[in-house]
Amino acid sequence: MSEPVLSVRDLVVEIPTRTGVLKPVDRVSYDITEGEILGVVGESGAGKSMTGNAVIGLLDRPARISGGEILLKGRRIDNLNRDQMRRIRGKEIGMVFQDPLTSLNPLLRIGDQLTETMLAHLDISADEARDRSIAALDEVGIPAAASRIDSYPHEFSGGMRQRVVIALALCAEPALVIADEPTTALDVSVQAQIIALLKRLCRDRGTAVMLVTHDMGVIAEAADRVAVMYAGRLAELGAVREVVQRPRHPYTEGLMGSTPLASRGQRRLRQIPGSMPRLGKLPAGCAFHPRCPKAQEACRVDPGPDLSADQGRAACWFPVEQVEVAE
Amino acid sequence: MKALVSVKNLTRIFDVSKPWLNRVIERKPKAMLTAVSDVSFDIPEREVYALVGESGSGKSTIGKMIVGLLTPSSGSVEVNGIDLSRETDAEKIDLVRSDIQMIFQDPFASLNPRWKVRDIIAEPVAARGGNTEGLSERLLEQVGLSAEDAGKFPHEFSGGQRQRICIARALASEPKLIVCDEPTSALDVSVQAQVLNLMSDLKDEFGLTYLFISHDLTVVQHMADKIGVLYLGRLVEEADPETLFTRPAHPYSQMLLAAAPKMDGFGREVAPPQGEIPDPINPPPGCAFNPRCPLAIPLCKQERPELRDVNGARVACHRAEEALARMRDSVTA
Repeated sequence: MSEPVLSVRDLVVEIPTRTGVLKPVDRVSYDITEGEILGVVGESGAGKSMTGNAVIGLLDRPARISGGEILLKGRRIDNLNRDQMRRIRGKEIGMVFQDPLTSLNPLLRIGDQLTETMLAHLDISADEARDRSIAALDEVGIPAAASRIDSYPHEFSGGMRQRVVIALALCAEPALVIADEPTTALDVSVQAQIIALLKRLCRDRGTAVMLVTHDMGVIAEAADRVAVMYAGRLAELGAVREVVQRPRHPYTEGLMGSTPLASRGQRRLRQIPGSMPRLGKLPAGCAFHPRCPKAQEACRVDPGPDLSADQGRAACWFPVEQVEVAE
Repeated sequence: MKALVSVKNLTRIFDVSKPWLNRVIERKPKAMLTAVSDVSFDIPEREVYALVGESGSGKSTIGKMIVGLLTPSSGSVEVNGIDLSRETDAEKIDLVRSDIQMIFQDPFASLNPRWKVRDIIAEPVAARGGNTEGLSERLLEQVGLSAEDAGKFPHEFSGGQRQRICIARALASEPKLIVCDEPTSALDVSVQAQVLNLMSDLKDEFGLTYLFISHDLTVVQHMADKIGVLYLGRLVEEADPETLFTRPAHPYSQMLLAAAPKMDGFGREVAPPQGEIPDPINPPPGCAFNPRCPLAIPLCKQERPELRDVNGARVACHRAEEALARMRDSVTA
């Protein structure tokens, strides 16, 4: 296998507060290879967006990376200064945010925003940048791109705006795209369009994608591998089909079971008791143990397990043994 | 089964014109947005009726008209045989109003941050001068919180807990009908499961009727006894979940179901739906879905289809039979 595009090693993000140091991301490690879509799922506060922001160097103060390393194509990027990071952002890592309206400048025509990004990162002339912008808009499926290039963001619908944002993220041909809840603000039919677009573009260009979302359905359809996060830690990491159908971590099992999709035809939905602990009040041992049906003494005492507790699959001392169901 | 809520030819038009001086200067006519257009349905007692649709389909507007937060432009809403917008007898109005409650989408915006939970929950009863002794405590326990929580403020609770408080408040006046406008859209999946289970339990316990408004097809499929699919303010299909999810007859329902992500859809490659919802100020003539419909014929551009019975569902489509046949072919193929 070739070298991974993104390699995150034991990443720790800390937020110092008056009452102590919070760790929204705690010892997280994963790789993304060329052309692969890694889905990152978890509930609010699990640290999924924080991981993405750490990779692209957009952590808001006072949050900071306090441990581990981030390698982009083999090169460390977590210790770069602001200027060096700015050259990477947009050129080598593209970003798609949740809300397409706030990630576009309302005062600039979309063509200007696209050409600005290209001129900043690529060595091309203004005319060439404009031609490429039109081609980029055309590629993301905006009809009559040549005439819409001079429109303002407010003249587009939500789905079209998200297409522009994707064009913007991909215009400098980055090796990695971080898509943070790219379809959460969109309707189902538009969501399907955007997911199909993202998949097609990444396959064609071999771009690695980190797809952060809370929607299991989107993950199941789009991702190649899934990372499940809980309270800042990686709970489970594996191929999408394995994680969705044969989860090893009890949290993943509960999460998959509680979606209405999974309990089709049942009167009651399966539920996980309680809710995710606040970062300041994480229990000792495995963070999931107060809600876990299988928790034992070891889970309460031993330091939080990492993925090595289950051969790199689930961070659990007692992973779920899935009974093989005959098809 | 007696219908608790009866909605007939409900229409709501919003005036979205610019101020008159702008209209004069720019020579623009008045702009009218038809948010809900000629919608009729009944909700039988103790059933869950769900309205699904994408943004701008008018589902929330219908909900607001049923609880009386908006008045219909034409048509009527009858709850227990009484039309709130036309009834003149104050006593009857009061009676019906206490029968209707609402749960909103955002539990952070729908609780007054300066009130204690006890006062928030007791408000619907206190406002009518009822006895609120111990009421909040009892209701809190019923929705899975503890009686001591009554003395706390909303900010001390998580999103899921707040939604439970909203449910407790809705139950306080012992309503018959609860209109739930996207009650779990702001919640995480595991919390959503808790809240949905709670809502089903309470429905059985108190004999409630729900109007469940959601954009999430999976939630609707789980909760509803009957589903109405809305498109651009029009009811395009009405069926029970089994029929709708296995044999959707309207091309729009078919498109919506195909587009929804599936848990077993690994690497699924589907042709995504074409186009977007048209401008509601100038909806296309005839059937509103005709510009995006793969089966559209000239008739669809001329005549708006009425709801008619097709294969156990009510469908507003000239080509419902063809759509069903096409659906069957694609399944067997």
